[in-house]
Amino acid sequence: MTDQIAVLAPDKPRGLFGDAWHALRSRPLFWVSTSLILLVVLMAVFPSLFTAADPGLAQLSRSRQPPSSDAWFGFDNQGYDIYARVIHGARASIVVGVLATAGVVVLGSTIGILAGFYGRWLDAVVSRIADIFVGVPFVLGAIVILTTLNASGGAGPVRIVAQVVLSLVVLSWPVSMRIMRSTAIAAKQQDYVKAARALGASPRRIIFKHMLPNCVAPVLVYSTIALGAFIGVEATLSYLGIGLRQPVVSWGVMINSAKDYLRVAPHALLFPAGFLTATVLAFVMLGDAVREALDPKLR
Amino acid sequence: MGFYVLRRLLQMVPVFLGTTFLIYALVWAVPGDPFEGKCGERDCPAAYVSAMRDKFNLDDPLLVQYGKYLGNLARGDFGETSAGLAVGERIATAFPVTLRLALVALLIEAVIGITAGVVSGLRNRGFLDSLVLVSTLFLISIPVFVTGYVVQLVFGLQLGLISPTVTSPTWGNLIVPGFVLASLSMAYVARLSRASIAENRRADYVRTALAKGLPQKRVVGVHMLRNSLIPVITFLGTDLGAFLGGAIVTEGIFNVPGVGGLVYRSILTKDGAMVTGVVTVLVLVYLLMTLLVDMLYAVLDPRIRYD
Repeated sequence: MTDQIAVLAPDKPRGLFGDAWHALRSRPLFWVSTSLILLVVLMAVFPSLFTAADPGLAQLSRSRQPPSSDAWFGFDNQGYDIYARVIHGARASIVVGVLATAGVVVLGSTIGILAGFYGRWLDAVVSRIADIFVGVPFVLGAIVILTTLNASGGAGPVRIVAQVVLSLVVLSWPVSMRIMRSTAIAAKQQDYVKAARALGASPRRIIFKHMLPNCVAPVLVYSTIALGAFIGVEATLSYLGIGLRQPVVSWGVMINSAKDYLRVAPHALLFPAGFLTATVLAFVMLGDAVREALDPKLR
Repeated sequence: MGFYVLRRLLQMVPVFLGTTFLIYALVWAVPGDPFEGKCGERDCPAAYVSAMRDKFNLDDPLLVQYGKYLGNLARGDFGETSAGLAVGERIATAFPVTLRLALVALLIEAVIGITAGVVSGLRNRGFLDSLVLVSTLFLISIPVFVTGYVVQLVFGLQLGLISPTVTSPTWGNLIVPGFVLASLSMAYVARLSRASIAENRRADYVRTALAKGLPQKRVVGVHMLRNSLIPVITFLGTDLGAFLGGAIVTEGIFNVPGVGGLVYRSILTKDGAMVTGVVTVLVLVYLLMTLLVDMLYAVLDPRIRYD
């Protein structure tokens, strides 16, 4: 009898995340996307590993020169080295993506789990407030918020990045809040929560020890995809001229300054756009792989 | 159904008030002088500023200002910009263009997305399936403004097949911008219909239909499509609302004279009356679209009843 059980369960049982990791390990998509992401993160942390050129050096004598063996990606209208700027631009995009995702996940899931757990008037009020923020068209809302914040004029790089992150978080928290809220409402009915409550556990303990570990998976899947999406949105806002801007170097800023010279220097637009697309692609692929691993229905 | 619609309409009121108040507060409560630079190189004369402050009720508390604005809105009066243009009139000329662009995009998205999704969903794990999966992955990853510029560069400037900008917004001229606008959602539609078809392929009613000896064409075209397209149509409906509000980038690249360009210019020139007016219309359209989609849901799927 014990032998049979030992055969049925050869090693210790895996949890949801152990299972997911096991499924992920065998997917080539997962490895391709993680190596791409690692490369971009490396670019963001140590740009000097990839290029020795100064991204802030503008020489008008080399304005709009096409790609050559000296400068792989050529020079833009101001005579900036495009390769150096593309490498250095990774940092701003990654920082905005990571901070905005962290903000959205922390804010949204905190509010969501509280609304789902306590229900009643708290849930009603929070859900209506979320409706208000969802009702604002995203790009439009971000433009209005950023022009309001930009009104005070000259700002340092930290402030510029913080403003963009803030506007992304303010407009996107309802999504993760709704995901967390519906998972929390489902989890609240489960036996283990009832058991914990019967044993006299405080609401705080139930939320942190029992519900949170069981509710975090859907938000995690959303956050991987959202990270890629936020990098794309940051570039869109910077392209419109109200997101990141000089002196911050980012892919969106580069595309914004290259768009007026599209006819004479298309390479100044295509290289940052290519890096941007590849990065977003890596995060979307990772999100796809993680979702398939975490959602048993899709296996 | 009537009772349900009434309840939903009532629920919309606080959302509408909240959203418009949020925008109103953001636009008008900006630190700094809202009439800076409105009089050319010199400072605005005091008489002009006081007349404008009076016109936009800027000396009242914010809530009173908003209340007066809503009062005017209820009478159908969107107000005037500080340059004296009627906001309602401008919206009325720009909105049909955006609506036309959104409809073109929706059509492209629906036709290509659903076709790709159905074809790949029917052939599980084949070459076509992988092709659709990979191309949707790419479409999702390319930001709309990159698609727009690459299309403009390659087809407009290098090959000369299309006009790089839209000179007059006829249906034919809007096909290329519509394609760009639809590119992202097309991928989502394809994935959604693929998943839906793949799920329904093994459903009992499909097996029954096949066992009855119905031709494959009829089983797929009538039995499966009708059941699988319900989530897709919900997505398309919400997307139409999003297109109307989110075409700022596409309209900017192709120079389409629609609402997106209008609101973007107004935000940059701090034309508060125009911004609040356009956003109010867009929020209203978005809310009505979501209601319409929910009602459509009940019409398409007789199992859903709102009572």
